[in-house]
Amino acid sequence: MGASRRCATEQRGAATVPDEIRVPIDSDADIVAARQRGRALAAELGFSSGDLTLIATAISEVARNIVAYAKRGEILLSPTNQGSKQGIVVVARDEGPGIPNIALAMRDGYSTSRGLGLGLPGARRLMDEFDIVSQVGEGTTIVMKKWAPQHGQ
Amino acid sequence: MREKTEGLAAAQSTGEAARGMVRELVTHFREKRDALRRQWVEQMTAKGLLAGLTPQETETESIVIYDTCVGCLETGQYDGAQAYATRMAERGILQGMTTDQIIGGLLTLRDVYGRSLFERYQREMARLSAALDVYEPVANRILSIVAMAFIEEREKVVREEREKVVRLQQEVIRELSTPVLQLREGVLILPIIGGIDTQRARQLTEGLLRAIRANRARVVVMDITGVPGVDSKVANHLLQTVQAARLMGASVIVTGLSAEVAQTLVAIGVDLSKLNTLSDLQSGIEEADRLVGYSVTKTSETAARNPRT
Amino acid sequence: MEVPILRQGNYLIATIQATLSDAALLKLRDELVERVGKSRARGVVLDVTVLDVMDSFTTRTLRAIAHMTKLRGARTIIVGIQPEVAFAMTQLGITLEGVETALDLDGGLAALRHGTKGGGDRAR
Repeated sequence: MGASRRCATEQRGAATVPDEIRVPIDSDADIVAARQRGRALAAELGFSSGDLTLIATAISEVARNIVAYAKRGEILLSPTNQGSKQGIVVVARDEGPGIPNIALAMRDGYSTSRGLGLGLPGARRLMDEFDIVSQVGEGTTIVMKKWAPQHGQ
Repeated sequence: MREKTEGLAAAQSTGEAARGMVRELVTHFREKRDALRRQWVEQMTAKGLLAGLTPQETETESIVIYDTCVGCLETGQYDGAQAYATRMAERGILQGMTTDQIIGGLLTLRDVYGRSLFERYQREMARLSAALDVYEPVANRILSIVAMAFIEEREKVVREEREKVVRLQQEVIRELSTPVLQLREGVLILPIIGGIDTQRARQLTEGLLRAIRANRARVVVMDITGVPGVDSKVANHLLQTVQAARLMGASVIVTGLSAEVAQTLVAIGVDLSKLNTLSDLQSGIEEADRLVGYSVTKTSETAARNPRT
Repeated sequence: MEVPILRQGNYLIATIQATLSDAALLKLRDELVERVGKSRARGVVLDVTVLDVMDSFTTRTLRAIAHMTKLRGARTIIVGIQPEVAFAMTQLGITLEGVETALDLDGGLAALRHGTKGGGDRAR
């Protein structure tokens, strides 16, 4: 009958990918760590090399915000799926001062922005999904997702 | 079996009797495991179903399958069998095992189990009947799980093959519709034909940037005469492409942007001032040539140098 | 990690060897500006080939390097931005507006020697 060496681990990578990676953000060195781990996880999930750079850049931006405004926080990286789509979820969380006017912070014209501000509209452009919740005095949580291209795309 | 008149009690007792029979069969199959398994392997060998397997593989797999089947009988749950069947289908099809071999092997096992029950209960037809009532549904269920797993796996393989072909075709079409041409050393031409959506814009940009690196290009002539419907979205895609090329040290000349479209874009607030635009491809090529020849500047060491043609 | 800064004629060549922390990048900025002042170099080629991500901070700092060295009489050319990084930067919306770029070290030196403006400023 059929041999079954290493059955579980050979299935579409799902069994070898960790559930969630947490990167504490306390200093600018952690920004690099967060984006490198994000890149590694995304690589395991099968993203193209161009997407890896986009994801790493988005992580860099939100991690940087944490350091700049909240001083400390965390980045959580995890795989996700929706039907047959595989993707990565990046959560950037802090208990910093919060953003008073999210709409303003997320405002983004079509033309390239001059001031770099919080870099949030930019990070949003790099990812497929982007959600932000922020409360003054409480903190900010950003959830970003990117989907790996499937068959036929 | 005790006879009870009340329906519930009767059902209960039937249930208990059935559970008792299950336990008895499970014990029987486990006690006889070595003998039955060996019998099974011998029969499969005789039928030629184990071609291509090493003795170790046969040993390992036959144990797992035997135990899984008995487990299903014992628990009435088939998750283990389902999971194993799916894995086996993936492995089996990959290794080129035929359906004959897989299904044939399982049918042989079913026979071996069945025969052993006949042997055990041959003098007690009622008990044999009860045993088969418990055993046969399980055996049949397992067989259909395995058969379905193989059918689904084959369908998946066919589907994936087809999708791969479609993807390759699409890539070829895209490549053909967006060639980056090296005009001469240091100059690339990118004639764009067809609409530009976000996905195509990205693909164009990535292709162009790789070509800039591969050809060490310093000037790109991007012709958009063949792009219908240049609105602000398309214009922004183009602007981003131009910016990205610049980051790699290449200047971009955009040709084929009609005056009307340009005016419309400016009117809606698209900033075209940083774009180097010319009306047609020919002018663009001439400008590119001019740019690639180094111009003489104020620094004295280059004053005597001839521009490259 | 120190970024080696080499002298080649009138020019300084700085090649980033590995991802730099923020502090290291700022240190590079200060060092380049100081060296330009001390050596009276006419040009700087800063090679960022190895950087796999250029985010807003990196870009701001590279712009600062270009402007500060210009104040001391040197042109700075950024070279080696990789295709994927260039694409990500445009998606992020950060530009090196006003900063000269070239494809690689050779391209950067050529641009410095010939006095032509690098890719970043070639538009009208």
